[in-house]
Amino acid sequence: MDMDNEILVDVKEVSRYYGQLAALESISFTMRKGEVLGFLGPNGAGKTTTMQVITGNLAPTAGAITIAGHDLLEDPRAAKGAIGYLPEQPPVYKELTVDEYLDYCAALNCIDRDKRTSARNASKEKCGLTEVGRRLIGNLSKGFQQRVGLAQAIIHMPPVVILDEPTVGLDPIQIREIRKLIRELGKDHSVILSTHILPEVQTICDRVQIINKGQLILSDTIDGLQKQLKSASITVAFLNMPHLDILNDIPGVNGVEEASPGYWRILFKPEQDPTDTLVKLSVENKWALRELRPGRVSLEEVFLQLTTSEHTETKTDKEIKTKKETKTEIAAGKDN
Amino acid sequence: MIYIIASRELRNMFLSPLAWVILGVVQLIFGITFYPDVDSFMRQPHPAGLTAAVVSPLFGWVAILLLFVIPLLTMRLISEERRNKTLSLLLSAPLTMTEIVLGKFFGIVTYLLIMIAMLTLMPMSLLLGGTLDFGLMFMSAFGLILLLASFAAIGLFMSTLTQSPTLAAISTFGALFFLWILQLGSELADNGVLVYLSIVSHYLSFLEGVFNTADVAYYFLVIILFLVLSVRRLEGDRLGG
Repeated sequence: MDMDNEILVDVKEVSRYYGQLAALESISFTMRKGEVLGFLGPNGAGKTTTMQVITGNLAPTAGAITIAGHDLLEDPRAAKGAIGYLPEQPPVYKELTVDEYLDYCAALNCIDRDKRTSARNASKEKCGLTEVGRRLIGNLSKGFQQRVGLAQAIIHMPPVVILDEPTVGLDPIQIREIRKLIRELGKDHSVILSTHILPEVQTICDRVQIINKGQLILSDTIDGLQKQLKSASITVAFLNMPHLDILNDIPGVNGVEEASPGYWRILFKPEQDPTDTLVKLSVENKWALRELRPGRVSLEEVFLQLTTSEHTETKTDKEIKTKKETKTEIAAGKDN
Repeated sequence: MIYIIASRELRNMFLSPLAWVILGVVQLIFGITFYPDVDSFMRQPHPAGLTAAVVSPLFGWVAILLLFVIPLLTMRLISEERRNKTLSLLLSAPLTMTEIVLGKFFGIVTYLLIMIAMLTLMPMSLLLGGTLDFGLMFMSAFGLILLLASFAAIGLFMSTLTQSPTLAAISTFGALFFLWILQLGSELADNGVLVYLSIVSHYLSFLEGVFNTADVAYYFLVIILFLVLSVRRLEGDRLGG
């Protein structure tokens, strides 16, 4: 059992700057064996940079990364050998056949000559490529090219597999197949997956990390996250809707908002569930309660809340001020 | 590891028509320049002998011709991988930058060796009716190998600088041409330093059959310099921002 909890990826205080611009600011996280970790963030949040830093494609400006016990900066060969990486665009040579390409990848990853064929066949079988081994990669569809990219990432059976937006640009059927494949991979490998598609994380991952503007702003298991989300709100529908202030005054209620026409979401402090009080008040005042259910805030809402509200507020006042100033200047210009 | 990348590079070249067409065209031009030399020698034999009169000028010609051709061969080495985003396959594999650069370099050098071997076959046909100075011919071929390898190293470096193969080809051509015409400039200014720097002046002694360590060292220095610069440039990509 101890083996199952082995830490495979340990990222400590990693920062990466492009000149003055901070793409990553002291990010730390760990990943254990057998986990599927979802990296979530809007475009340009630093997902790809994180993956490139972990795979050694980019050097971190500061911080340390350990892969399966090997320091990426001090012993890059061993550390890189423990990683399989599928970048956003699969790094395939279009003029090669699938077999030729995978043989080359096997050789690059130091697989002995006599084991290359079996490694190639195993990874082809996992990724459903057995039929297309002799076809040119350039002639395959985008979905199949993505599979070839995946096959390349797992050919040396690395303990850690890193996938950067593996379902981008695929049609819905292909997306389902790739997701199924990733779940399969999760049985033998630890997988880090980046995406900006939320349901993907909910369906595939054990754990989720949300990254925004180069900072890690949330890290939780999917179960924990969903439990927390569910418990903090309820959705109600009344025939005779009371005044919002009355609802707001119920002890523990943090806010009331319209979820959809006729349905109201009541947000409350997790430790003070107002459901009983609400039902009681409804009977007493004849609000005619028609529906009451735990309010599943979707991951999407959490995501939006975390990546938009809080963090736009932390924008420096200066920036906002200058914006206002330019606006007034424009207005003044019009007056003239 | 170096061998794996080099052999893949070589086979990749032969997958595209470019490598075949270049081999064919170079061979054709070589033949066209070869025939008049043989013809004039038949009419009026040169006192220096067949090899010096026919073979050496031929190797001189071929160097000029390949000055135009090498940029086309080296242009895609790194730049195309960069543009197609396949470079990360090599960067995330357990390889060092030096291995990647050396692999690419030896891949292209092997191709050039094939080309030189094919070119040397043509003067060999003279054996049917005459004798050859194999020492002189070997030195010419050896000099050509060194010259082309340094062209290739310069081309490889130019290819690490950009995403666009065309840009890499043009800058390589510019750099090679500049190094070449340094010699002309030196004739005007009578400057020994320029002669020494010129990439072609060191080749001429090989064509006379002279093995000069200083010339060999020059080419090795050029090759090592540009390979080191290539490695540094790729490392810089990883580190810089």
